[in-house]
Amino acid sequence: MLDAVSRPRMVDADPWSIPLEQIDVSQADLYEHDLHWPYFERLRKEDPVHYCADSDFGAYWSVTKFNDIAQVDRQHKIFSSEPTVTISEPQEEIPFQSFIQMDPPKHDAQRAAVQPVVAPANLSKLEPIIRQRAGAILDALPEGETFDWVDTVSIELTTQMLATLFDFPFQERRKLTYWSDIATGGPELAGSNLVTEEERTAGLMECMQAFTDLWHERVNGTPGNDLISMLAHSERTRDMINEPMEFLGNLILLIVGGNDTTRNSITGGVLALNQFPAEYDKLRANPDLIPNMVSEIIRWQTPVSSMSRRVKEDTELRGRKIRKGDKVVMWYVSGNRDDEVIEDPMAFRIDRDHARHHLSFGFGLHRCMGNRLAEMQLRIVWEEITKRFHTVEVTGAPIRNRSNMIRGYRELPVRLRRL
Amino acid sequence: MTKVTFVESDGTRHEVEARNGRPLMHAAVQNGVPGIDADCGGQCMCATCHVILDDDWYGRVGPPNSEEEEMLAPTPERTPTSRLSCQITVSDDLEGIVVQLPEFQM
Repeated sequence: MLDAVSRPRMVDADPWSIPLEQIDVSQADLYEHDLHWPYFERLRKEDPVHYCADSDFGAYWSVTKFNDIAQVDRQHKIFSSEPTVTISEPQEEIPFQSFIQMDPPKHDAQRAAVQPVVAPANLSKLEPIIRQRAGAILDALPEGETFDWVDTVSIELTTQMLATLFDFPFQERRKLTYWSDIATGGPELAGSNLVTEEERTAGLMECMQAFTDLWHERVNGTPGNDLISMLAHSERTRDMINEPMEFLGNLILLIVGGNDTTRNSITGGVLALNQFPAEYDKLRANPDLIPNMVSEIIRWQTPVSSMSRRVKEDTELRGRKIRKGDKVVMWYVSGNRDDEVIEDPMAFRIDRDHARHHLSFGFGLHRCMGNRLAEMQLRIVWEEITKRFHTVEVTGAPIRNRSNMIRGYRELPVRLRRL
Repeated sequence: MTKVTFVESDGTRHEVEARNGRPLMHAAVQNGVPGIDADCGGQCMCATCHVILDDDWYGRVGPPNSEEEEMLAPTPERTPTSRLSCQITVSDDLEGIVVQLPEFQM
């Protein structure tokens, strides 16, 4: 499957002269090297619903325009989330399942059971502890020396948050980060090179065991306000433990959902403000822009670059005939740069009008469940950063993820200037 | 134009003029009423323009269709008289309508 010898590599090709039919935006190293932009710009202009007949992941359609993506997302009866929402085929080694890869009615019941934990009313209770933990992390940062923002701040903060949500043993919280990384990594899944399939399998089994133990501990105790207790005590999900792959799948979904995305948006915000220093000036002059900036960061970063659907019945999109059984990839990362919907879309503008109108959370039935948690975490982080530091200065190039699904960073060197 | 009132969860009232033929959501956004996010821009693809009607107005405006119901269903503050304001078209029939905003949009 990974024998790609005969296929042109996009990182080496000229995006403006390569024949359209050869364009393959699924190649993960495109994102690692941040070279996907011109390919999508060309597709949006010349072939917005694009067919790639041959790739590491087989044949697939790319949907690249904002409104087309929204339409695919909303038409869940035609564009199904079953059996998977990745460009790769379902994993056979560990075939875990979660509501992100289910259609109604099963999707609705499972989502409804876990949604309350990330409901805004519940989040307000979490705000003080998130703020306190964010402050403690920022206060401990070194001054005047270069360090890695990803590991020291973005990962640490989101991992602490996740441990709080699960009431997971706090000292072992980095296991959550590892499980999240391997769940979305692996060469078969998104073209990633983080771990081997064997490491991935072993790690996911360890994850399942740890959470099975926690479940049994909580199911017999007084129901707490954490996600495991909620799953164990909710009428809709309490039998989930008897379906190990469903149990694992929903946990992985919540771990990945609460981890990668926010982590990479925290890092992305630092990078964006450094690439657009006039925006950093605006922020210093007016921290009240933070809530609007948070939405702009989430658009600009697009931490989930794509989601895929399987076509249930023959249909048409922009005049292209799409057949039952085809695979359709919604490239949120492209739609969020569509100048027919977003003015000057490559620019990062913290005071952008209608900043909330972006694709990063998806639309329709599967719209991101944790969107308010993500926004709250980003808002708090930036409120606490602006209280302490004049600048978080980027001192070198980021190392980016090699993935066609999780758009993010493995390292970002920074240096701090205090107020 | 039709007179409509949005009431925030803390009781703050916003009486605004709404254009007939346009979604009720627009009247809130155009007049800067806080508490209507309208992330998807009015296409019934999110649930961030959620409003709550009283029984009388709900009876007159009617229930959500199946697509709207799908978006409303997972909303934590959903009530039996909840609607998405992007799916309510302003007309003379709505003169004087008062809608309550939930504490949070999701």
